[in-house]
Formats: sequence, structure tokens, C-alpha cells
Amino acid sequence: MVDRIANIWGTRTAYARDGLWPVRVDQVLDDGIAEGDVDRWVQSACVLCSNGCACDIAVKDGAMVGIRGRAQDLVNHGRLGPKGLFGSRQGVSHKDRLTSPLVRENGQLVECDWDTAMRRIVDRSRDLLAERGPLSHGFYTSGQLFLEEYYALAVIGKAGIGTPHMDGNTRLCTATAAAAMKESFGADGQPGSYTDIDSCDALFLYGHNMAETQTVLWSRVLDRIAGPDRPRIVCVDPRNTEVARHADVHLAIRPGTNLALMHALVREVLAQGWDDAGYVRDHTLGLDALRKVVEPWTAEAAAAVCGVPASDIRDAARIFGTSDRIVSTVLQGFYQSSQATAASCQVNNLHLLRGMLGAPGRGVLQMNGQPTAQNNRECGADGDLPGFRNWENPDHIQELARLWNVDPMTIPHWAPPTHAMQIFRYAEQGSIDFLWISATNPAVSMPELPRIRDILAKPDLFLVVQDLYLTETAQYADVVLPAAGWGEKTGTFTNVNRIVHLSDQAVDPPGQARSDLDIFLDYARRMDFTTLNGGPLLDWTGPEDAFEAWKDCSRGRPCDYTGITYGRLRGGSGIPWPCNEDHPNGTDRLYRDGVFPTDPDYCESYGHDLLTGATVGAQAFRAQDAGGRALFKTAPFHPPHEEPDEDYPLRYTTGRTVYHFHTRTKTGRSRPLSDAAPRAWVELAREDADRLGISEGDLVRVTSRRGRIEVPARVSGIAPGTVFAPFHYGYWDTGGRPGTHPTAANELTLTEWDPVSKQPMFKNAAVTVEKIGDATGPAPAPTTTASRPAAAPGTAPVPATTGGDGAQATETTDTKPAPRFPDTIRNTTEGGRP
Amino acid sequence: MNLNIYLGMLRQAENTLADSFRQVAEGHGAEPDVHFLCRTLAAQCDGHGELLGPVVQRYGENSSDNEPERLHAQGLATTRNGPVGLLRDLQDLYLLASFVDVTWTMVKQAGSALRDNELLAVVEKCDAETATQLRWLQTRMKQAAPQALVAAR
Ligand code: SF4
Repeated sequence: MVDRIANIWGTRTAYARDGLWPVRVDQVLDDGIAEGDVDRWVQSACVLCSNGCACDIAVKDGAMVGIRGRAQDLVNHGRLGPKGLFGSRQGVSHKDRLTSPLVRENGQLVECDWDTAMRRIVDRSRDLLAERGPLSHGFYTSGQLFLEEYYALAVIGKAGIGTPHMDGNTRLCTATAAAAMKESFGADGQPGSYTDIDSCDALFLYGHNMAETQTVLWSRVLDRIAGPDRPRIVCVDPRNTEVARHADVHLAIRPGTNLALMHALVREVLAQGWDDAGYVRDHTLGLDALRKVVEPWTAEAAAAVCGVPASDIRDAARIFGTSDRIVSTVLQGFYQSSQATAASCQVNNLHLLRGMLGAPGRGVLQMNGQPTAQNNRECGADGDLPGFRNWENPDHIQELARLWNVDPMTIPHWAPPTHAMQIFRYAEQGSIDFLWISATNPAVSMPELPRIRDILAKPDLFLVVQDLYLTETAQYADVVLPAAGWGEKTGTFTNVNRIVHLSDQAVDPPGQARSDLDIFLDYARRMDFTTLNGGPLLDWTGPEDAFEAWKDCSRGRPCDYTGITYGRLRGGSGIPWPCNEDHPNGTDRLYRDGVFPTDPDYCESYGHDLLTGATVGAQAFRAQDAGGRALFKTAPFHPPHEEPDEDYPLRYTTGRTVYHFHTRTKTGRSRPLSDAAPRAWVELAREDADRLGISEGDLVRVTSRRGRIEVPARVSGIAPGTVFAPFHYGYWDTGGRPGTHPTAANELTLTEWDPVSKQPMFKNAAVTVEKIGDATGPAPAPTTTASRPAAAPGTAPVPATTGGDGAQATETTDTKPAPRFPDTIRNTTEGGRP
Repeated sequence: MNLNIYLGMLRQAENTLADSFRQVAEGHGAEPDVHFLCRTLAAQCDGHGELLGPVVQRYGENSSDNEPERLHAQGLATTRNGPVGLLRDLQDLYLLASFVDVTWTMVKQAGSALRDNELLAVVEKCDAETATQLRWLQTRMKQAAPQALVAAR
């Protein structure tokens, strides 16, 4: 047994370059349950981060009683992380679950039946459509639903109602990944593969605290590090993360300066002649413009802006320029910071310059935050069109109209779909008065919370919230719909590595709760959405119908699912798309041939100017005649709009801790996870703390121009001048409202977004910090992660974070062969046809 | 030679455009993208004015109040409120930026005829940025128009 709270990544199973990552099956069963007691194991995958670890759920007497990793799966080779082990079923099997719909009567939410709740929604919807038209409706969904549910919602919004106002929490977590790939390669689609970790010589992590955000992927890296020929590691992060501790070069740059650093890396690679001239000539466009923009950015110039030594920048560039196989991963440190798309495109550019794509150990992983974010992007319930279609391409709109048998005029395509921040702005101004929020919690997760709360509380906004629990957001709703959770419904989802998994229903949802798919289909039926020949727009009866319909929509597009069936997903490994006649077992990595989806008839986007977000347009895009070549795109560096000043002298950044997901609605209800990181804190560097007279555990007030939080201080190894707060801590467990000591990191963040991806900036703001109370003990921050204390000389050490009896898991190694692509994929005959 | 008249006019128009961008930035602080980008673009216009400085000096300032001066573009005196107000303000910026854009084109023509490489280098940098300003304004207006004209109260 291993304490997997104390030992986050579990026991090492070292392996060498080009080897197969050994299997280690992680398992937890409830107290008092032995393996022989389990009635059945039901196949699924974990929905607590974008890694999508395959697992089996143990069921006994109609309840979920345990979980184990699936040895044969390409993603995790049997492993699970702390959230999967202790948060997946514990996060849904909880007494707080909503078991009945609620409607607001005289200001109070009261229980009712489904018919009453749905009728209220449909009446309002119909009235508004008649009175004010489709632009009165907005939908804000999640990165946590299943593919089938997103696709249903996309068809309802785009072909039923015809509103452009659809987006998801994906805007907050993954929009820049998609945007950067569209700009560089012409379409979304993860170029690299997790198997590239097995073969690389160098690994660059850009604003990606992989050790905490995707723990099982980090286990894979740790196992390479423990092997005989470890890859060199370069970490770009202002915090002293677990990744930084293993790095050969740690660039702890100032928040908001990513693009300056990236310009210097690109410039250095060009100046040293490390670029692959042949690849650049045959497979790219736009080198001259790139060269011009990076020209002023010597290592010294970037060092002055970023606050790191020029020699470190040169060292990092040398590793990039001279390693034979390089993997880069990118996440929120880039996506949620200023000039997000431009900085993330520079990562793509570095790989294009060196021809580091499409071969083992040579790849880019533009990561996702939420578990099923990928599917929202594919299905178009967010700011994209289904199947990575291009809203500026009339032929693509025609295709969708034919597929759904609706008038193409119904499908909004006169402008890009409305992004989340703009949807909330329209709600604020009163031009959207029907807002349906599913499976997400903007009252905690969005920037500048005081403003978001005012919007949600507007009396003339009709708010529907569909969730597992009465979240901070649900408390503002006019109608609350109880949804079925993970393990209580069937559907598929796709991880950041394009691998599609099936999650089968293991148990019944509590009370009257229903799957999100059922809820959407019920709404569509009641609204009478029809096709051109009068039939129902959505005639599906369950998830498998929805999946088959989606396959038609994906046909011929980069995310082609036509070769996948529910049958093939049962029993074997997940399957990476595209999977079709040409790739019957799926596709491990994209762009092996250096041909990119930039054909103007095929591409997902004609692209943007990265400084302003101005669209390039069809004509200009066609004129450059990319013809399958990738595009070097960039923008000049621009300092963040809010910089420290006399009143707010410190830089503020937000992020996650390993033990929680999103706004803790699930992980906060797991005892081991919650005990490991029970309450909010803020991290300060030793020298800032000393200057401000703050010691470990003191209560401090952090104030920005938008608001304040009051939480205990952890003195950590963060870069001096920078303050960090975890964003998980809202108010559902402390009375529902901010109260006297607000804790939500987003009280302080500002309303601003990247001009291209429209992803909000959570990673740079200016704040001031003051002590308001003495410590009663150490800050409630884990000691196992980036929040590890920086011990002051002569003080008592902070007790180490452990999980104790409730956090024990078994780890079984060496009993099964490691899965290998494509051998572990079930073939079409094994899986059968639907 | 009358190029100096056009150079003076261009520099003034860039100044006016910069001021107007700043005006819209301040007037529409509740639209963060408009607010921040207009500030960035105002600084871009300032930069164009500075780049024009040496060229203007070389050709000599013209302060006579003759015919082309009537082409002088009016800046925005105030900003408007609400969704339609935003649209109208962006449209005013668009008209101003178009004036700047076409003036750059005329100056480029003259610079070519004069084989003035220094002037042409300035045109190349600035004209491209002005074109992007126009594209951004159009992108933003196209996004805002349906909601402002159809759904706004
Ligand atoms: S790494 Fe992510 S998907 Fe895997 S078990 Fe942990 S939370 Fe779940």
C-alpha cells in the first residue's frame, strides 16, 4: 500500500529512451471491500483533468466502491493520480447531490418535478424567441460533459435556436491551445503524442506545471528521469514547481513576459543557425516576417524584461537548438497570460524551425485544462463550429446545413461565435436575457467575481443552471436542473492526446437526476425544433445514436471518428483520432509528412493578426497560397496592461493545486483530497514576506483594483515580486457568499482577454499585500507541491502533507505487458459494428 | 512640389487618429478589448507621427491654409453610450483610419516617383499597421453589429 496523497506520483518504474513505459496498475477499494466482493467492473476514464486516464469502476450493490487504472490503455498504462483515486467517485457519490429540479418561487428555490421545471424553461425560451429572436439566448457550458452532450447542445443552439452565443468553460482553459494550432497549422488537432515522452531527449514545459495538472503524465516523465538516459528539462514558470525542481534550466520569468522570452529563444535558434533550412523551405511560410519581429530580442533584451539571467535564456535555446528529439508542452502559464496566442504560436514556430514534428520524440502538446475540453472544441458547443469547420467558409456552413437538414441561414456565421466574456457582457447589458449554464461554475471561475455576481443576480436575466450540486452559480438560478454525474451515464470523451474513451454507466443517478444528454434532448423535443421536412431535429434516443450522428459530422474532417464504435472502445485501449478507412486503428501523431491543413477549402480558420485579433479573411488567406505549409505567426511584444505600481507593487498570478479540480465541487467532497488542501492560501517569496513583516500562516489581505481576499500566507519558493493564489476556493462550503474573509482568487483578477483566443487573463494583475492577523498555525497549503514552504531559519518546520489511512492505494507492477500503439487497439471485427 | 502639404496633413491625421483612439479607449472602458486595443493602437499612431518627423522636416513644413487643408479630418469630440454608441464610435474611427490609409497610399505614390527610399521605408511600416487597424475595426464592428442593431434594448 502506498499513501498516494503523500506520494502523489506513486512508485517509480524507470525506463530508457525508446522503451515502453512499464505498466503499474493503481487501485483503491472502499474500506471493508475486498476484490472478491466486487459485483462488476465497469469501464470508464477519469474526468478530473485533460489526461483522461482509463479506469474501471468497481460496483457493489448498485454503488461505486472502488477504482483501478486500465493496464492496456495507451494513456496511463494502469496508473491513476490522487484525484482519480480519491475524487472521481467520491466527488459524485455524496449526500449533497441535487436530487430534484428546483424553481424560484418568491425569491426561494423550491423543489418541483421535471415537467414543471422544463415547462418554465420552454415558456421563457419561446416567449423570448418570439419577442426578441435568437440573439436573446446564450449557452455557457463546460469542459466536463461528454461528446454526445456537447454535440446535442451544439445542434440545439446552432440549428434549433440559431444563436451565435455559445461558449464553455473551455474558453478559460483551452481556447488558446485551439487558437494557436489554427493559426500555425490551419486547424485544431494535437500534433504530438504522449508516446513522444518515451523517445525525447529534451522536454520543454512552457507555463505547464504538469506535476500538478496532469499527475499521471508527469509520472511518465519521472520514470524517464529515473531511467538511464533522462531527457533534459527546461521549465518556464515563476513558481518553484516540482517541474522546476527537476529542470536543467528553470526560467522563473515575470508573469506577463512570455512573448519576450519566446522571441529571444526563436532569435537565438535562428542566429546560431540551428534551424532546419530544408524543412522550413518545404513546409512553412513567413520566416522573413518572423525574423524581423524577433530581431531586437537578444537574450540580454529579454533578460531585462523577463527578470532572468541572459545566460539561462541562451542555455535553454542551446538545448532546443541542439537536441535531437524535443517535446514541448504548453499550458495555462501561457494560455491565461498576456499575448497568449502569440506566445503559444512561438512554441509551434520553434518546432517548425527545427522540423521537430511528426516523428517519435518530436512533438508539440498544446495541452488542455479540463477533461473533455477537447470534445467541446470538436463538437462546437463553444466558440467553434462542429468538426473544426470554418465559420468564414460558406461551403462548410452548407455542409452542416445538409447534415442537419436545416436552412443554412439558421446557422449563425456572420461573425465568429460569441466568446464567453462577451456573452456575459451582453447579459450585463441586457441583450441576452436567457442564459443556460451547464456543468460549470462561473461565480467562482471567471475573472473579476464582484462583476460576475452582479450579472448573475440581475433580476431580468433568466438563468438556468444544470449541475450535480447547488453550486455558487446555481444559487442565482431561476431554474436548477439536477444532472447525472460520472459513472451515472454513458458517453465518450477525448483526452488532450486525441484519445477517445468510452465511459459506461455503472450506477443509477440519485433521485430524479438525469443525464445532461437527456435534459438537452427533452428541451429540443419540447421546443419542437424541426428539420426542413418537418421531422424532429434531434431524433436520438440515447448516447450511441448521438455518437453515430457525430461520426457523420466528423467525416472527412481532421477529427474523423468514423472508424470508432462503442464496441471497439469496450475492452481495449482508447483510440486516437483520426480513425477512419485510411487510419483504421487511429493515429498516434499528426503531420508525419509535414503536410498541414492550411488548404483554404479545408482549413478551420483563415487566421488573425496576433496583436489585434483582426481577421485575415478568405481573400488574403487564399492569396498567400499556403498549400499545406504551416505558417510562422507572431506579434510584437507588448507589456501587460496592468503592471505593478506604487499602490499595487506586486504581480499576482493564479493557478491550481494538485489535490483539487476547478471549483472543488467534486474534489472538495473527497475527504483525502480536501484534508490535503482544505482552505485557501496565498504564496509569497521569503524576501517579500520579510519586507512586509509577514510570517508563515499569518492572515493577509491581498487587494487589487477589483477586490480583495483574506487568507493565510505561505512563504514559498515563488519568484520575488510575485504572489500566487489557488483559484479553487469559492464559498459553497462557507455559507455561499464571500463573507468577511473572501477566498476566491478571482475576486482580484481583471476582465481582459487575449485578442485572438479570447481566453481571459488570470495570470497577471497588480496587487498589494498586508498582514491583518497573526498565524494560528501554518497556512493550509500542501507541502508536497509548488506550495512547499521555504523554511525560515530557526522556525519549526511545517508538518508534511500526508493522507494517512484513507489515502492508501495498491500499485501492481510487472504483471502485464506494456501496451503499444497500434497493437493494443481493438480491431474492427473484435469491436463489432453497431 | 506639394508633397509637404500631404506630409503635414498625414502627420496631423495620425495625431487626430491617436487622440480619437484614446478617446474611445476612455469612453468604452467597460469593453476591455476595445479599451486596451485602442490604447495600443493610439501608441502605434503616435509612432507613425514620430517616424514621419524627419521626412516632414526634410520636405519642409507647410503651414499655408490652402486647398488640401480642407481635407483635414475631424477627430471624435466625445464618445457615445451603449451598444449602438460603441458601434458608431468604432465606425468614426474607421472613417478616420481610412483617411489615414489612403493618405499613406498617396504619399507612397509620391515617394516612388521621387525614389525616396527613406520615405518609402516609413510608408511600408506604417501603412501595414494602418491596414491592420482597419481590419481590426471591421472585425470588431462586424461582431458587435448584430447584437447592437437587433437585440440591444
Ligand atoms: S491524471 Fe488526471 S485523468 Fe489521470 S487520474 Fe489524475 S485527474 Fe484523473
